[in-house]
Amino acid sequence: MATTMIRIRPKNRVLAWVEDRMPVLSFLSAHTSGYYAPKNFNLWYYFGSLALLVLVNQILTGIFLTMNYKPSAAEAFASVEYIMRDVSWGWLIRYMHSTGASLFFVVVYLHMFRGLMYGSYKKPRELVWILGMLIFLVLMAEAFMGYVLPWGNMSFWGAKVIISLFGAIPWVGDALVEWIMGDYLPADATLNRFFALHVIALPLVLLLLVVLHLAALHEVGSNNPDGVEIKEKKKADGTPLDGIAFHPYYTVKDLFGVGFFLLIAAFIIFYAPTFGGWFLEHDNFVPANNLATPEHIKPVWYFTPFYAMLRMIPAKLPGVIVMFLGILLLFFVPWLDRGRVKSIRYRGLAYKIALGLFAVSFVMLAAVGAGVTAEKIPQWFGADADVTTLENLFGRFWLLVYFGYFVFLVVYTWFGLEKTKPVPDRVTAHD
Amino acid sequence: MTKAMTTKTLGIAMFTKLAALLLAGLMAAGTAAANEGAGLQDANVRLDDMASLQRGARLFFNYCSGCHSLQYMRYSRIAEDLGLDPKDVEKNFVFTGAKIGEHAVSHMPAEDAAKWFGKAPPDLSLEARAKGPDWIYSYLKSFYLDPSRPLGWNNTVFPNASMPNALWELQGQQVAVKKGGGAGHEEAIEKLELRTPGRQTPAQFDQTVRDITAFLQYAGEPAALKREAMGVWVLLYLAFFTFVAYLLKLEFWKDVH
Repeated sequence: MATTMIRIRPKNRVLAWVEDRMPVLSFLSAHTSGYYAPKNFNLWYYFGSLALLVLVNQILTGIFLTMNYKPSAAEAFASVEYIMRDVSWGWLIRYMHSTGASLFFVVVYLHMFRGLMYGSYKKPRELVWILGMLIFLVLMAEAFMGYVLPWGNMSFWGAKVIISLFGAIPWVGDALVEWIMGDYLPADATLNRFFALHVIALPLVLLLLVVLHLAALHEVGSNNPDGVEIKEKKKADGTPLDGIAFHPYYTVKDLFGVGFFLLIAAFIIFYAPTFGGWFLEHDNFVPANNLATPEHIKPVWYFTPFYAMLRMIPAKLPGVIVMFLGILLLFFVPWLDRGRVKSIRYRGLAYKIALGLFAVSFVMLAAVGAGVTAEKIPQWFGADADVTTLENLFGRFWLLVYFGYFVFLVVYTWFGLEKTKPVPDRVTAHD
Repeated sequence: MTKAMTTKTLGIAMFTKLAALLLAGLMAAGTAAANEGAGLQDANVRLDDMASLQRGARLFFNYCSGCHSLQYMRYSRIAEDLGLDPKDVEKNFVFTGAKIGEHAVSHMPAEDAAKWFGKAPPDLSLEARAKGPDWIYSYLKSFYLDPSRPLGWNNTVFPNASMPNALWELQGQQVAVKKGGGAGHEEAIEKLELRTPGRQTPAQFDQTVRDITAFLQYAGEPAALKREAMGVWVLLYLAFFTFVAYLLKLEFWKDVH
């Protein structure tokens, strides 16, 4: 629902003086107590505010980490250990940052899946979705560069593999790789520039995109699990019949969500900070060494679905294209899906199955990318099982399912094959 | 109304199912990754067993620190964390003339070490974090006599390791019992057998290795002692906070119908 700014007249004379010249309070009020959100948000609607919470956590803990981190190839690794051992509370700050990075992706993936489930990308929220996708893209770059900074052996080899992907681009590839690294290998120059990008350039872009994401959202209003537009039914005072003020209703509800989320986060930080080698990898406790390749080079868990897409395609350039397509296609979902019904609650059965399979394919590709399948296959099929063939078979099947979702969306909705259920006039949870 | 309820519960059920699936899969795969290199024995180290950590520290400085450094570990920190008198630490652990506040760096020159062992002995500050306690425990127990190696020792966990068995006086000497080795097949090691007993019984030696492993586990992350004790209070506070936030939510939402 379009935000209308009602001018506030503060009683305090200083505040009134400021308000006359710059309406800060009126602006804040319009976006909190004046912003009406549907009253039927469910569990899935916590992840937006949680993503914001993690972003703030990353920035604050990041600031303190930069005070003792040394962005040079010679000192980086030791400076991280210095933070872990000698800096007061350094271990806590670092674990908050490293756990935050992983939880950021947990929260963002669930937030994105929510958007797919309830059709939050559909008209009039296409721009909200696209800005969100841009946030996701920048977040991936931000996370990748942050992962390189401790200059462990996985940092080094991960950087080498990921940067070398640009080498697949015809003609300019090799020159581009050298240009990005500033050397022939990931080295001091690479680390130094990644530090600059990680701590200032990308966070600025990220913050700007988050502000735009929220601005676009507040213009069109939040979607809801029923996918009905609440502003179509209004009270006498012009506010939506099924809407409630974001503040205090959702601020207090999100506060509860924050508490629950922090419980989980604190449990990980204090009792499983490496999360069994998933959040902080064993090989990254060995300093970077360009002569010793880790046994299995693999990215951190949140990149593994895309890494699997790359690995399942035999040639490098097509692999890179498929991987980027896996992300790029999501940008176009608002136009690939022509169905009029937003929420999964009222969509056709085939859509429900397809979206479920899409989610499963993402998890399965993650398992392939993380090397879980390569490890399990000998256990399941015997020691002489042909791991490569079986893994390729498995991975490529789920790769087809992943991309099949987009094909399905087009065929299903452009040719009118979907049998939808009637969408209610108002949200279902009202009296 | 019932229909609305079912769709709503469907959404929540889907969420919990997805979350449970993800978490279970992650944790299972995580432990699998940590136990990489099958056949490792469970170290069973306990960071809350202060006596074990103290014994481990003494063993480390007597048997390991001649060659291996703990370059990120200060002597004073060890004294503080393990409840030892700094004077005792200086007397019993510091063989290099270092001051108590300095890092535990071995005095072996890297060049000589490389000449003697073929490879400079690695720093062990983060060994437990990189390889895991089970690996260290199993490795230290798996040395056997092998005349074909330069120093006469080999290891089943890390074949052709450059390191000799530094603990042989305690453990004794193991030999490999081989099997197979028909035409064209290489012999495989079936098990290790104690040929000459050492000063300790196998059970005592297990505990010795466990103590060293526990100390290295501690050295990999000294903060672990603090964080596990502190975590309880943080979790209790957050549980209370979440509960109050929930009551607050209920109160505010009374007028939402």
